[in-house]
Amino acid sequence: MKNILYSLLFFFCIGNSIAQQTPANKQSTAVSIEGATAHLGNGQVIKNSLIMFADGKITFVGSAMAKIARQGTVIKAEGKHVYPGFIAANASLGLVEIDAVKASADLDEIGINNPHIRSLIAYNAESKVVESMRPNGVLMAQITPRGGTISGTSSIVQLDAWNWEDAAVKIDDAIHMNWPGSFARGRWWLGEDPGLKVDVKYGENIEKIKSYFTDAKNYLASNKEKKHLPYEATKGLFNGSQKLFIHVTGQREITDAITIAKEVGIDNLVIVRGDGADKVADLLVKHNIPVILNRPHRNSDNEDDAYDYTYTIAKILTDKGVLVSIGMEGQMERMNTRNLPFYAGTFAAHGLDKEVALQLLTSNTAKILGIDDMVGSLEVGKHATLFISEGDALDMRGNLLTKAYIQGRDISLETHQTELYKRYSDKYKTK
Amino acid sequence: MKKLLFLLFFLSLTVIQAQDYFPTDSGVKTTENTTFAFTNATIYLTPDEVIKNGTLLIKDGKVVSVGKSVKIPKGAKTTDLEGKIIYPSFIDIYADFGIEKPKRSSSTSRTTQYDASREGYYWNDHIRPDTNPIEDFKFDSKKAKELIDAGFGVVNTHMQDGIIRGTGLLVALNPNASNAYRILNTKSAHYLSFDRSVQTRQSYPNSRMGAMALLRQVYNDANWYAKGNMKNKDMALEALNGNKNLVQIFETGNHLDALRADKVGDEFSVQYTIVGSGDEYERVTDIKATNANFIIPINFSNAYDVSNPLLAQQISLRDMRKWNQEPSNLSVLSKNGINFALTTHDLKSVKSFHKNLQKAIKYGFDTTKALAALTTIPAQIIGSTAIGNLKTGSHANFIITSGDIFDAKTTLFENWVQGGQNVINDMKIKDITGTYTVNVNDKNYDLTIAGKGAKQTGALKMEDKKVKATFSFKDNWVSMTLHEESGFTRMLGKVINVDNEMQGTAYDSLGTETTWSASKKAIEDDKKETSDKKEEKEEKEMTVFPVSYPNLGFGNFTQPEATTILIKNVTVWTSEDDGILENTDVLLKDGKIDKIGKNLKARKALEIDGTGKHLTAGIVDEHSHIATSAVNEGGQNSSAEVTIEDVVDPTDINIYRNISGGTTSAQILHGSANPIGGRSAIIKLKWGENAANMMYDNSPKFIKFALGENVKQSRSSNGVRFPQTRMGVEQMFTDYFTRAKEYEALKKSGNSYRKDTELETLVEILNGERFISCHSYVQSEINMLMKVAEKFNFRVNTFTHILEGYKVADKMAEHGVGGSTFSDWWGYKYEVNDAIPFNAAIMHNAGVTVAINSDDAEMSRRLNQEAAKTIKYGGMSELEAWKTVTINPAKLLHIDDKVGSIKIGKDADVVLWSDHPMSIYAKAEKTIIDGKVFFDLEKDAKKRVAISEEKSKLINMMLKEKMSGGKTKAPMKRGDINFQCDTLEELKN
Repeated sequence: MKNILYSLLFFFCIGNSIAQQTPANKQSTAVSIEGATAHLGNGQVIKNSLIMFADGKITFVGSAMAKIARQGTVIKAEGKHVYPGFIAANASLGLVEIDAVKASADLDEIGINNPHIRSLIAYNAESKVVESMRPNGVLMAQITPRGGTISGTSSIVQLDAWNWEDAAVKIDDAIHMNWPGSFARGRWWLGEDPGLKVDVKYGENIEKIKSYFTDAKNYLASNKEKKHLPYEATKGLFNGSQKLFIHVTGQREITDAITIAKEVGIDNLVIVRGDGADKVADLLVKHNIPVILNRPHRNSDNEDDAYDYTYTIAKILTDKGVLVSIGMEGQMERMNTRNLPFYAGTFAAHGLDKEVALQLLTSNTAKILGIDDMVGSLEVGKHATLFISEGDALDMRGNLLTKAYIQGRDISLETHQTELYKRYSDKYKTK
Repeated sequence: MKKLLFLLFFLSLTVIQAQDYFPTDSGVKTTENTTFAFTNATIYLTPDEVIKNGTLLIKDGKVVSVGKSVKIPKGAKTTDLEGKIIYPSFIDIYADFGIEKPKRSSSTSRTTQYDASREGYYWNDHIRPDTNPIEDFKFDSKKAKELIDAGFGVVNTHMQDGIIRGTGLLVALNPNASNAYRILNTKSAHYLSFDRSVQTRQSYPNSRMGAMALLRQVYNDANWYAKGNMKNKDMALEALNGNKNLVQIFETGNHLDALRADKVGDEFSVQYTIVGSGDEYERVTDIKATNANFIIPINFSNAYDVSNPLLAQQISLRDMRKWNQEPSNLSVLSKNGINFALTTHDLKSVKSFHKNLQKAIKYGFDTTKALAALTTIPAQIIGSTAIGNLKTGSHANFIITSGDIFDAKTTLFENWVQGGQNVINDMKIKDITGTYTVNVNDKNYDLTIAGKGAKQTGALKMEDKKVKATFSFKDNWVSMTLHEESGFTRMLGKVINVDNEMQGTAYDSLGTETTWSASKKAIEDDKKETSDKKEEKEEKEMTVFPVSYPNLGFGNFTQPEATTILIKNVTVWTSEDDGILENTDVLLKDGKIDKIGKNLKARKALEIDGTGKHLTAGIVDEHSHIATSAVNEGGQNSSAEVTIEDVVDPTDINIYRNISGGTTSAQILHGSANPIGGRSAIIKLKWGENAANMMYDNSPKFIKFALGENVKQSRSSNGVRFPQTRMGVEQMFTDYFTRAKEYEALKKSGNSYRKDTELETLVEILNGERFISCHSYVQSEINMLMKVAEKFNFRVNTFTHILEGYKVADKMAEHGVGGSTFSDWWGYKYEVNDAIPFNAAIMHNAGVTVAINSDDAEMSRRLNQEAAKTIKYGGMSELEAWKTVTINPAKLLHIDDKVGSIKIGKDADVVLWSDHPMSIYAKAEKTIIDGKVFFDLEKDAKKRVAISEEKSKLINMMLKEKMSGGKTKAPMKRGDINFQCDTLEELKN
């Protein structure tokens, strides 16, 4: 018996250090968080708040002064802050484990137009990168394939699950496409200037996109004698059940993208990346098109841009009435997704009101992704996907989570990394 | 018929002058010895010596006599050049005339070639001083004609390939002689550049700094060889030593490279003549300080087509300014007293040479200087007194023109080379340009003739309506065919007198003959005036925008000066034992921190109210790759001989962006392509200063080492370079340090030794004079390098990246090495799978000096935020967290006696923050280096406005250029690459 116990103990110890954190069980007891400053995610703040949730749903949001019975476990959280779980739009978590190891990547399928390629089934719910999101408050993400012109179809997941099926919050929410740029880089290896030159094929390229969608639309209206999987996959775009996320930068490109999408009959649009969107804000407002900005922690590629161009664009767009969120795309995008709160913090440092900046990770994102009926703010009836932080979660110094819940489940805030931290801290302590 | 052709061919051959001791089988032996006299001309002996109404006498290809009263010998062929001007023919001393550039090595092998392909020559194929292009030289008649037509008489040509390129040939552009006469000098100069040879795939050097290091080593080896110390024969070094006394001409691609070339030359007492690039005006003071002679191209870029505003806004101010400023380059160089010759090098077509030169003259370039830059100066550079002037005894190379040679309206008639006539425009052809009234069949037409010489063309109008017609003018006969509704009219006539009146016969469509005549119209005065005015106006519009430092948006028009600054009532983060001082005053004086205290007063100080704000030491980035033109020299597994100090690029906008985030000092590191990388540059981010001024005085010496995946070429599918494993990396270090020890022992023994820059560098490490900053990830390799160092009795100074430092922190503390790490990067490659953001905290707790670095041009502008992450991950105190980006990296870089904390006596490198410096909401409001404000939020706002205004002005000027028929080019966006450790490709600048 002792042996069995020991080997079990051994198994768990080892198991713990290798595998992902075990997903939390379904919420069985109600939870009441009392006394914290609640940032609702819709712009409102309740100081000395009371938040209650049961069976995975929020049951009460209000002041702690309210004379109402506290349900279940009561967590005293004076001086702390409660936030709705942050949502990473345009992320690719779980599709690659280690960037440089090709075998660990399921990100970019071959082919030009891949609307039928679905990210969800490759999403690795047990990724070590995924679990490292949670201690920073990032609890949901839109998992997006990359590459090609039409990259494929994304799904939205929550980040504490046994498998992709359990993880799914919204399946196949949108189709993503990369809009061509009007500039092409010189082939420096052939002795050309590496600078970007006007791409003479730009017009041709966008014409191709237009005709692809037109063909798809015609196919869908036909008797479909021979099934065409990619065209079938675009159905949602034309009946309005799916959004088209156009990854595009540049004033001209954004304008072309919107014009052509409208021409082919796709109305549900989201602009992703969006440098230059500030210059066409009126067009975006007119058509009610939101923008998922790329993370501000990047250098503008235009030498003459102000140093804070990538910091201030959120404020400019918000002031003009565009619905804005923050996405991840580019270098080291997966591991950096945990820095999402600090991107919002940077936008706040450069003009946005702090609570408005918070919306860029919560209610705005939920609206843009079409999941605002479930998540994105602390409101009665929505998922109890939220967390408690010691301080301001948008600031590195304050972003210290003590508790996090996904759909009411009390999730682990440990990771591969915290375990190594503890192991080695202990090593030096015992020395 | 065939025979006849053959004979003709033969005859044409005999035209070429034969050497007089050669036998003749084509007829009786004849010798040409005619004397030619050119009288009544204005003769430029040199740009400064002009003879009016003089006579030039030439014979046997040389000037026999020249002057006002020259006696013309009997039998001389005399040409009256009344009203015409004679100039010495031009010289281009940087050309590839007649020498075809070799084709790129066609090998399709993807395996990197490390060894040289030539035997008996230097170990590096890019060193080709033995190249003597005489064997490849083929007189290119077509190109010669182009050059002759542009006024050139002599070119200095060479093989434009490789870093050391061998000797040049001085060639007279004489189409009627054989090489025996044309080639004036078979070893006229020795040529160099920074560019690799295309004839080899040998990988080293693949960067600018590698090319510079290689040149230095070649010079050292050539000395060693000259002293007879080498056991082997090296034909390259032999050739190099043989070419030592020739003029050394160095081609560069931009002014930064020009300064770099000069620096290498100075180290070996070689003064290069530098082939510039046309951007010298951007740093003319530094260019002047080289004391070099320059050879300057005049390849001016076209305006951008900015008619599409969306595309136009992508063009950087730097590129737009270039169009506006570069025509002033020659004028700027000349006003600064820089000695330079001109070259047609870089021009797509020689035909644009005069047009561009005329443009430069419009922009203030003096015409006497222009003539000198094409005649006497190139002759002086190349060391020939017999060309570039028309003094007695010189080559009879001269141009006959209708007027000032640099005037667009002037016609070049003839260009004589070595006493042989080359007609450009027939002098005998009358100038019939002007407007005429043509009368034929009782109808009057307006005929306007324009153009030069045989290419004069005419256009016909009737009552301001164009008439379809052809026009030709040959041998003083004018022929025209009119095509009207009534049918064709053919007209043939002759110019009959000085007033260019014409008379002739016309044939209508029925064949009826009539006479026609044309008489010149007097030019209406008012018309002339307007055209003059137009020109005047154009000249006024030639505004050249001022140069900023660096010459791009956000550059400084005047450099900030050190003023006394008193910051009042601020929260001071000292990064010293004093910790944080509230409500304190700090006085900055003479570039130093002068006083820290309460209620400080200072006369004439700029007072800044710091209430509610925070003052810290400037951020120090231990690991950066900004502000450099190259990052990796990965052509070999060790590149200890290269240094980033050679390639610091002060024009990188990231310098400005970094100071906008409070970073003031950075170590610019070599990349991680090889285990022993290159030496570092430690710089202050003094935006606007030149490279030399950015570097620390008596800078501590550093070198980059690297371990792991990058150096073992893990992600290359065809790596063949040793080492390919971590096991090999250990042996490589052991090998190099063993050799370094042996080298030092030999050096100390007093015996002669071959100076090896690479081993010299490693000896410095062994002796604790140079410090290692080693790129490292996993614990095994970290441990290994410490053991190797201990075996050789030195200490590793810094492990950079060091993402598994937390696993061996105790060993690191014991060894005494510091750790400079990322706050939270991981997962980007296999060896960082166990990287944790708690790394800094664990190392710190174990007693390691810890810094947070960037390795990224974006992160280096917000290292304050990265420091804050050590509070979040691992719970470091705020004071200790702040030290990870200030005093700790300063300690690791051995510059903590100067920077890294706010302490009396240290350099005044401070940042004024709007908020707690580690708050995400903090902004740097002022960044001060050496007491000078290099970044100021308010000035930044003004700069933004200025950029947009200047761009608008330039756009208007470019539009005007397009509308007035100027050529334009498509908009282009700069595609700068931000460097990281792994960056292998090199930017041109």
